[in-house]
Amino acid sequence: MRFDSLLESVGRTPLVGLPRLSPSPEVRLWAKMESANPTGSVKDRAALAMVAKAEAEGLLRPGVTVLEPTSGNTGISLAMACRLRGYRLICVMPENTSVERRQLLTMYGAEIVTSPAAGGSNQAVAVAKQLSAENPDWVMLYQYGNPANAQAHYDTTGPEILEDLPTITHFVAGLGTTGTLMGTGRYLREKVPGVRIVAAEPRYGELVYGLRNIDEGFIPELYDGSVLSSRFSVGPREALRRTRQLVEEEGIFAGISTGAILHAAIGEAMKAVKAGERADIAFVVCDGGWKYLSTGAYAGTLEEAESALEGQLWA
Amino acid sequence: MAIEVRIPTILRTYTDGQKAVEGKGDTLADLIDDLDSRHAGLKGRLITEQGGLHRFVNVYVNDEDVRFLGALETKLADGDSVTVLPAVAGGAERPARAAVTAGGSF
Repeated sequence: MRFDSLLESVGRTPLVGLPRLSPSPEVRLWAKMESANPTGSVKDRAALAMVAKAEAEGLLRPGVTVLEPTSGNTGISLAMACRLRGYRLICVMPENTSVERRQLLTMYGAEIVTSPAAGGSNQAVAVAKQLSAENPDWVMLYQYGNPANAQAHYDTTGPEILEDLPTITHFVAGLGTTGTLMGTGRYLREKVPGVRIVAAEPRYGELVYGLRNIDEGFIPELYDGSVLSSRFSVGPREALRRTRQLVEEEGIFAGISTGAILHAAIGEAMKAVKAGERADIAFVVCDGGWKYLSTGAYAGTLEEAESALEGQLWA
Repeated sequence: MAIEVRIPTILRTYTDGQKAVEGKGDTLADLIDDLDSRHAGLKGRLITEQGGLHRFVNVYVNDEDVRFLGALETKLADGDSVTVLPAVAGGAERPARAAVTAGGSF
């Protein structure tokens, strides 16, 4: 495949079968390899779509400052796009994200504003909104509420999966900005009667949930629960166990959030086996494991890896 | 019939600081009533005056979000595990001054 520039090579990622982790020939698991995108994550789709939309609306001109709250992958995607397009990028990022993500952002020329570890992404969102209000000439693309995020998945991820897997019965993805699930989920629901759209939500250590009161909670503006069939909370132990299983049994070296998604996908597969139903379950491989090596997730025992992750935003 | 309920930090003022408490009930609504009888005030933090789950509270039965099961009418059985978590985008605690760190060459 040939493209005129890196920006144009986003999407059209492989869908890869998992012959060893699939429970039977009737109940099959399929990995949507979003790690094959230009900067190595699913976020390239949303980031490039948000930039393209802002450009079409005349909001972005060379030299303009783009601002975004991000725990890493969206920032890296935006940093690449902004570098190529000539925009300055400021990422607001919780301090408990991995060093690789910071190095990548810096390498692409992005500036990083650090929000407190105890704040997690909620706090990054709050800080970014405040900076945006103080600097009206900056452009915040705002992945949590920008319809172009979900639209990118409606326009590309959904159709790609359906084309490769017309017999799809389940789609399983991670719940962060909710863009992947909302966009792909809406598309598949329109085309595939009865398809199940399943969310896997990372469950972090207690530090991350340290709100002062319940009303400080945050639900992304893009979220619409009616698109989902079910939503699972997956802790670090299961996410790590599945991440390792994926590389050991299928050779796919993925990030930790992918392990959480695989855990939910295998749960759905087991339900189908029990019910005696056929299933073709597509799940998202959000990114590769490279950016998480420093977290300790891949070294030592599961117990050691789990304790290394405590307090980190691992997805 | 005992059901373990994991309580987030923010609501432990109602459970004497306990991370997990036990309760009983055939449905989630019954369980919350039972918990409130020993941990007064907890129910008011989980359920709104209109009688639904608080918008920023997520409750999971065996790791599945109850909003996709039967909400407050979700059936419970002995040995189920219930987890209560605030809705976060990866967490929040207190507003703090942002610090700009080095990066890029502009």
